[in-house]
Amino acid sequence: MKFIDEYQNSELAKKLAQRITGHSVRSIRLMEFCGGHTHAIMRYGIRQLLPETIEMKSGPGCPVCVTAIGDLDKAIALSHSPGVIITTFGDMMRVPGSYSSLQQARAEGANIRIVYSTMDALEIAKASPEKSVIFIGIGFETTAPTIAASIVKAEKERIGNFYVLSFLKLTPPVMKALLGLGEIKLDGIIGPGHVCVITGSHPYEFIPEKYGVAYVISGFEPLDILLSVDKLVQQIETGSPKVEIAYRRGVKPEGNRKALELMQQVFEIDGADWRGIGIVPQSGLKINKQYQHLDANNAFSGLLRSARNDKPAKEPKGCRCGDVVRGAATPLECKLFGKACTPEKPVGPCMVSSEGACSAYYQYGLP
Amino acid sequence: MCLAVPVKVVSIEGDEAETEIGGVRRRVSVALTPEVKAGDYVLLHTGYAIGVVDEVEAKETLKLFEEIINLSEVH
Amino acid sequence: MEQAMNDTILLAHGSGGKLSHALVETKFLPLLANPLLDKLDDSAIFEANGRLSFTTDSYVVDPIFFPGGDIGKLAVCGTVNDLSMSGAKPLYLSLSVIIEEGLLIADLERIVQSIKAAADEAQVDIITGDTKVVNQGQADKLFINTSGIGIIPAGIDISGANAKAGDRVILSGTIGDHGIAIMSQREGLRFETLLESDCAPLNKLVAQMVEACPNTHCLRDPTRGGLATTLNEFAQQSNVGIVVEEDKIPVKEGVRAACELLGLDPIHVANEGKLVAIVEPDDANEVLAQMKQNCYGRDAAIIGEVTDDYPGRVIMKTRLGPSRIIDMLSGELLPRIC
Repeated sequence: MKFIDEYQNSELAKKLAQRITGHSVRSIRLMEFCGGHTHAIMRYGIRQLLPETIEMKSGPGCPVCVTAIGDLDKAIALSHSPGVIITTFGDMMRVPGSYSSLQQARAEGANIRIVYSTMDALEIAKASPEKSVIFIGIGFETTAPTIAASIVKAEKERIGNFYVLSFLKLTPPVMKALLGLGEIKLDGIIGPGHVCVITGSHPYEFIPEKYGVAYVISGFEPLDILLSVDKLVQQIETGSPKVEIAYRRGVKPEGNRKALELMQQVFEIDGADWRGIGIVPQSGLKINKQYQHLDANNAFSGLLRSARNDKPAKEPKGCRCGDVVRGAATPLECKLFGKACTPEKPVGPCMVSSEGACSAYYQYGLP
Repeated sequence: MCLAVPVKVVSIEGDEAETEIGGVRRRVSVALTPEVKAGDYVLLHTGYAIGVVDEVEAKETLKLFEEIINLSEVH
Repeated sequence: MEQAMNDTILLAHGSGGKLSHALVETKFLPLLANPLLDKLDDSAIFEANGRLSFTTDSYVVDPIFFPGGDIGKLAVCGTVNDLSMSGAKPLYLSLSVIIEEGLLIADLERIVQSIKAAADEAQVDIITGDTKVVNQGQADKLFINTSGIGIIPAGIDISGANAKAGDRVILSGTIGDHGIAIMSQREGLRFETLLESDCAPLNKLVAQMVEACPNTHCLRDPTRGGLATTLNEFAQQSNVGIVVEEDKIPVKEGVRAACELLGLDPIHVANEGKLVAIVEPDDANEVLAQMKQNCYGRDAAIIGEVTDDYPGRVIMKTRLGPSRIIDMLSGELLPRIC
């Protein structure tokens, strides 16, 4: 497959790894912000190719892992409403909410359909005009424009029964919050390549400028990741942190203008609740006034209010997903890991999501 | 995050396109990439093309790998 | 007196009365005819000498028609294969159908044709059966249960607990075909592909393998949960480690592509016409050669070996070189966006 296979060459990977080892003198700590990178790093065994001087930490870039438990409860509450069809990405199905999960709700009779795209959700809305079709919008800037496009399309084609429950989040504010927290000292960040296809590189310039942390925007194939680590090591060893695009075939400094325009057209920036971190100001996307009739928060406000009152959100006891998501703990440091919390019976989202650090450690762990 | 896969654009009709990867075909939205042409590769995320793959840059990256490797061999 | 056959299945078709009889006599019997079935007694009577193997499985696949097969073919092949995995020669099958009221009779006919074709290929007879009809909404179009009886030749002892350090692991062909073919038909995931299910009866393949190597240690077909789940089952049952090489596992390009699109790993995707064999190192090449002579073993490959290290775990040496653990599938196989 073109643009995939060439970046999986094992000979090149070994050589790149050797080069990194040759350059890496100081002990440094890198964070792969994005869950997709966590997944790829574990799947290809990249940690084992890197020298011991490099410590890797997983970050909060897993939209499933950082969806607040109260937000998930909202989606589950709506699913029980008789006239509602919930459409969702598969990633969210097994995440435990305070009392239930979407998977469990479906078993109890809730009408929940897994979709691959908002386009499919729109089709479901057109096919069932008597139902309210609510799309659970999780994701970062990669997904936000696709959801914006579906909202614009629904409006244009007068699909009056399509709603979005937006849990969309933005990456620069949470990076700022994490670096500001200063819980762990980071030398470099592997930047989320597909988010940056949309945002471009400019929004991240504060990272080297204000915090002196190196930042390299990376693709997702093994050679992409190794190249990015190599560039990070170089920046750190020479004391010259900056924003660098390693994923040049996908990311332009100015990003995707059309996508950014669509996001501006449909959303406004608001605070968002990040599981494990709390409310981060200006880090979420809320549907703006022009499209508020498609906002499930408005259309179903009564239902959501009574659900919140009847069943307030509560975190599962002993779960350290919050710490894991901030890089403050590794999955192995959570007492529940592998015992009370496994992929079959997960306690928190980090074990459910295939991008979650706990799931990656459990499934792909080192022998 | 954000699984995005490079697929080849076969044909375009309005704001949708027929794409292909490894013999698998999928109809996608190109609402976010109005500049796309048939024959381009796009990054596909949840049914939408989010960007056109820059083939020139792709070649440059592969050349860069080769250079890095040759340099390290010289050491 | 002839009962008129409607276009769809009615509740009355399952009630045991004239309509039921007409359904069995016109839609099932003529196609599946054999002396034991034709007797239409409450139970089929036969003699068998030797160690018998007995299995049962229910089939609830959705959609009931998919590229490369349908629920009928699946029901026959699945049970034939379960029998074959103990080294048994499949003899007889039972066929029990639960039909949702409203199913098109034409669809039922198509499925019975498939059942017949699969049974003929496997050379098994369906000797007893049952038909029930339930209200609309109480079954998803059609559920099928097949039970099967086979006879195990003397001297054959195949079990998941038999793997020993040094044994070789052989896979009969490409993985992920069935699961991807099914997914391509699912609403919300629609993509077009020429990929078909690999659904097939493997009894003749197994017979060839076991004749060449009576000392075959383990056999299993990696259905739900995929190759990874089957390998883990062997590792746990035999309390050994298994190491496989990613590069050696055959995967069709289209399956790889579909898995990339959906964020799936082919090692967790279901197969319905493949098997994993574990044999002694000295037998491996001969078994492989035999497999390649059978159409269902054309792409067979030795993918790894059994070790005393990491008991109960399965390790995969990745394309890049480093190794990682591969685990059983947890929960459903769900496509991901992240």
